[in-house]
Amino acid sequence: MGKEMRIVLRNADKIDPNSIDDYIKAGGYRALEKALGMERKALIEEVKKANLRGRGGAGFNAGMKWSFVPPAEVTYVVCNLDEGEPGTYKDRTIVQKDPHTLLEGMAICGHAINSQKGYIYCRGEYPYVVEHLNRAIDQARRKGVLGNFDIEVRMGGGAYVCGEETALIESIEGHRGEPRFKPPFPGVAGLWAEPTVVNNVETFANLPEILNRGSEWFKAIGAASYPGTKVLTLTGDVVNRVAIEVPTDTTIRQVIYEFGGGIRNGKKFKAVQIGGTSGGFIPESLLDTPIDFDSMRGIGATLGTGAVLVMDETRDIVDIVTRIAKFFEHESCGKCNPCREGTFRNFEIMTKINRGMAAVQDVEKMSLLCKVMQKACLCGLGQAAPGPIVTTLQHFRHEYERKLLA
Amino acid sequence: MTNSIGELEKDATGIFVIGSNTTENHPVIGMKIKKNVLKNGAKLIVADPRRTDLADLADVYMAHLPGTDVALVNGMMNVIINEGLADKEFIANCTEGYEAMAEVVAKYTPEYVEKITTVPAQDIRKAARIYAEAEAAAICYAMGLTQHSTGTDNVKSVCNLAMLTGNIGRPGTGVDPLRGQNNVQGACDMGGLPVTYPAYQAVTNDAVREKFEKAWGVSLSPNNGLTLTDTINKAYEGQMKALVVIGENPMMSDPDLHHVEEALEKLDFLVVQDIFLTETAKYADVVLPGATFAEKDGTFSNTERRVQRVRKAIDPVGGARPDWQIICDLATRMGYPMQYNSPEEIFEEMKALTPSYAGMSYARLEGRGLQWPCPNADHPGTPFLHKDGKFSRGKGAFSAIEFKEPRENPDEEYPLILTTGRSLFHYHTGTMTRRSSALDAHKPEAELEINPALAAKMGIQNGEKVKLSTRRGSLEIKANVTDILAENVVFMTFHYHEAAANWLTNADSLDPVAKIPEYKVCAARLDKI
Amino acid sequence: MVTLTVNGKQIQAPKGSTILEACRLNGIEVPTLCYDPDLRLAGSCRMCLVEVKGRPLFLASCVAPAENGMVVETESTDIVEARRVVLELLAARHDFNCQTCEKNGDCKFQDYCYQYGVKESRFTDGGRHVYPIDDPNPFIERDYNKCVMCTRCVRACEDITNARAINVENRGHKAKIATAFDGDLADSPCVFCGQCVMVCPVGALTSKVSAGKGRAYEVEKVVTTCTYCGTGCTLELNVKDNKVVGVTSNRSEEYSPVNKGALCVKGRFGWDFIHSSDRLTTPLIKENGEFREASWDEALDLVATRLQAIKEDSGPDSMAVFTSARITNEENYLAQKFTRAVLGTNNVDHCARL
Repeated sequence: MGKEMRIVLRNADKIDPNSIDDYIKAGGYRALEKALGMERKALIEEVKKANLRGRGGAGFNAGMKWSFVPPAEVTYVVCNLDEGEPGTYKDRTIVQKDPHTLLEGMAICGHAINSQKGYIYCRGEYPYVVEHLNRAIDQARRKGVLGNFDIEVRMGGGAYVCGEETALIESIEGHRGEPRFKPPFPGVAGLWAEPTVVNNVETFANLPEILNRGSEWFKAIGAASYPGTKVLTLTGDVVNRVAIEVPTDTTIRQVIYEFGGGIRNGKKFKAVQIGGTSGGFIPESLLDTPIDFDSMRGIGATLGTGAVLVMDETRDIVDIVTRIAKFFEHESCGKCNPCREGTFRNFEIMTKINRGMAAVQDVEKMSLLCKVMQKACLCGLGQAAPGPIVTTLQHFRHEYERKLLA
Repeated sequence: MTNSIGELEKDATGIFVIGSNTTENHPVIGMKIKKNVLKNGAKLIVADPRRTDLADLADVYMAHLPGTDVALVNGMMNVIINEGLADKEFIANCTEGYEAMAEVVAKYTPEYVEKITTVPAQDIRKAARIYAEAEAAAICYAMGLTQHSTGTDNVKSVCNLAMLTGNIGRPGTGVDPLRGQNNVQGACDMGGLPVTYPAYQAVTNDAVREKFEKAWGVSLSPNNGLTLTDTINKAYEGQMKALVVIGENPMMSDPDLHHVEEALEKLDFLVVQDIFLTETAKYADVVLPGATFAEKDGTFSNTERRVQRVRKAIDPVGGARPDWQIICDLATRMGYPMQYNSPEEIFEEMKALTPSYAGMSYARLEGRGLQWPCPNADHPGTPFLHKDGKFSRGKGAFSAIEFKEPRENPDEEYPLILTTGRSLFHYHTGTMTRRSSALDAHKPEAELEINPALAAKMGIQNGEKVKLSTRRGSLEIKANVTDILAENVVFMTFHYHEAAANWLTNADSLDPVAKIPEYKVCAARLDKI
Repeated sequence: MVTLTVNGKQIQAPKGSTILEACRLNGIEVPTLCYDPDLRLAGSCRMCLVEVKGRPLFLASCVAPAENGMVVETESTDIVEARRVVLELLAARHDFNCQTCEKNGDCKFQDYCYQYGVKESRFTDGGRHVYPIDDPNPFIERDYNKCVMCTRCVRACEDITNARAINVENRGHKAKIATAFDGDLADSPCVFCGQCVMVCPVGALTSKVSAGKGRAYEVEKVVTTCTYCGTGCTLELNVKDNKVVGVTSNRSEEYSPVNKGALCVKGRFGWDFIHSSDRLTTPLIKENGEFREASWDEALDLVATRLQAIKEDSGPDSMAVFTSARITNEENYLAQKFTRAVLGTNNVDHCARL
């Protein structure tokens, strides 16, 4: 097995996650102390310089995001722990193994944007994580390590779309989980219309070490345009179904074969889907692509949340994509026309294809629908939902053709 | 209204609604108030014996007993004076009579007022502070404040409150009676009152009378006429011989219908001009078919003094004629020729005699209309009155007002307070809305609101028919059990001829000045059938 | 001001304008379904999508700020293709039954399908959900088989009426407009003001009182003032063949200064008394306790003679006139003039106190 590089998981399995003292002994909350001693501007500059890019999927420079927050009396820090992507469990792993690194990261951000209040929006299916976090927050409060920053955990109701930052904000406000149009971006008008930074768990969890070791150190790790590490969760037909943390210049092939131990049961590789349900399907020929955000985008795939779903030679691509289409049909919030109707019709057509009842015209109209959805939908869900269809039509078209009526 | 409707949506930062179920009786104004509260965070105080839709939204809701408005408002003023929240500068510069008022108000401590109104003292304090501290506070009221034997006192009290805090003469402030009917403002403006010619020019004023005598070419009576309620009383006494009723329905709308019925029967000659054979028309000697608003041109003046065009959309139905033509024909036949080619010609004659309308014309009324006073053709109209605290009489006069009990209070025989009002789905005597298919289908039947505790005590089920009686009579009505009113209060509307509330109301308790009947309080008894 | 290029033409708009506002200000029409300037913006119908040079995604012009130097295409091949797909997707959930629709000829969805040549949908394989049309209230027909999910009704209910009676329920394709627990309007906070009917761009929400009586292109709209309470709302009487067949409202503040198109249940749905069979259509004279029909001449002569006689016998003050809070100013002016100048008394009053 290959060698990991652990930044966000640095304390994993080394300390008792239920003990703040353990965390402090391991050097915890020193970064926050350092941050509190810095000018806000300098702190943001340092994070910007590290080029820490969002680990939730969009890959936006975190320091840059913070710098958009205008001076305001009330601002909020929101952590996205709505880990709704099937096959993804990295955020849960981070929080379960080392909750304080998240809290410390959020407090650092809080200082940077002059916020006194943070929210963690936790996936509804993780009730035990909520308990675990509340315990950690309680310890931190009692120790007083967070200063005048406080954190509250809010639980989702099971909607995938609430992983989208503005839908997440709507949900915290008590509304239907529906995305807002942007601009205004949350940085300007977010939670309760106040400036709000929304970042992913993994993004926040990187901050303590960046502050401890400096932006130069971080910048030098992994791919230049997307430095640092990435936590990946390996699932599917891979020998080691584990969470790993690797530098971002690691290739997909290394991930599957060195860390994942190759394909199960001695079978051959067919495809890998990275980044979650909306991630592109990657064929054998592209396995030497590094996993960093830009390289993945270069091959029409995504890094996304870092879920790695490996499929062996026996898997039926069309069947899998049909199931994925069903997932999006179910999870579309229904706000914008192309997503609400498009995800439904995609599933309809995929089902028809999968049952061997479709003609080539069906594939054509589905391609058109996908093309429109990618550019016309209101939020990332609808824009990304056609990804699996589009990439499998590109790399595995023969599997579709096999099922089409003559 | 001293101010404009639009100000309630944006300019008012505090709104005191007393005796107005705004969302039901002035729904579009109600929407604006709700919007201001929900979207802009305006503070809302509601005083009403019934927990109305707005009460649910209010920062303070005061469920005072019917007929205790003066005490309640005096209580609020007591707090404002004692806590130093009064606008001393406004009082000094723009008003008179403060001392006498303050002297009376001194004894109306919140605790004293609580005993009279049943409103907790702390709510009175809270309401007073919210009203006084608002940057711009408006008072909205309707018949809930005026239909009392102390109606005039009630209105003067809220005027006191506005002047005490300088909440008049600026956008978003003001004393705003919400007028119940499309052109009740216009009917008053046009001199449809026994004491004034158009624009409130007194009939007893010689110069005024001479002006109208010259314009109309006749000599005119120098004596004040009779109000509607006095006219009915005079008829009852046999001293009234003839009555012409145009688009009114006293056999539904006036207090104590037994009394009205007898009065109408005693008339030698009754003419009713209306669009339907109303309850009143049935008593007529001659009925003349008038036209609806859709069948004629003209203008209406709304509650914010805005004069707006009414436009003919269709010809009068059947042989009906526009009311202005009927009046002209009648006058001409009585030897006083009235000839106009159009309502616009009437408007032109009227405005020459009506200073507050003098600057208006049909051309100028296109689009947004004009709010009076509009004294000349260049005047833009007046969105709010009493600008900079300048009142029509010079200084604003405070009135020192003591609380007086309603005329007819509950006793052993009639232990409940009956209060009457209106529903969202019907209008006044129901002449139009009961014949509007959808409205009548939705609310076809009169209901009596009864508190659940009272209902339980009497074994009354929701929807069951009950008997409601007063000293005037009794009727059968469907019970609507609801907790929006107190246990000793019952409420019904007066829209339904099948169960007309005014068979029960009291014709003897009128406000001495305004002669308005005390529809909001009479003693009643409830019986199971 | 900002300057941008739209369809190759340089245009200017006030700073803070959206692309849509900038376009419309300059006479460039962009189709919209969910956009309503009086309501909270949704940006959800995606009809107003435009292409902006350098932006990877299409922008919803109704919510995208116009920026200096933007190069915008509103009818490019890709945009037209996207709009057609959106229309086809909506057509697939719509009953496409214009022949019998109240809104035929006054429907934005119909207009856009026509404009973009969408005669049928390619996305109808799975059929569509059929919603029952079964709300028993007498005012508003709710036919969600025609709904395009623009949510203007939801926003009007919240932003204008502040009743919050309806919202979107369910997710994705199952999303629909509903009251809490998907019941009847009468069991919700609905006040039947019909603001939802006013803003609905299609035939999903229509007036039951007007049903079958005339389509928009058949009626003449006469702007007038409401006959009910003293608020003085402006409304439009819809007239066909000399009959009032409906009420709509003009939303421009220039024509509707008090209510900006908002009405209440009485104003919007309480107008068919005008043609009630109970209307008095001829003068009546009572003889022996019974009314009989009479001509105008006979009735007016009788009234004039009797009033004249009473005036002479008992004096002017034995007579009175109740004028009306419902008739016009002009008529009130005449009524009091009649009382004072013809009858010779000041006994004139009306129901201001009642």
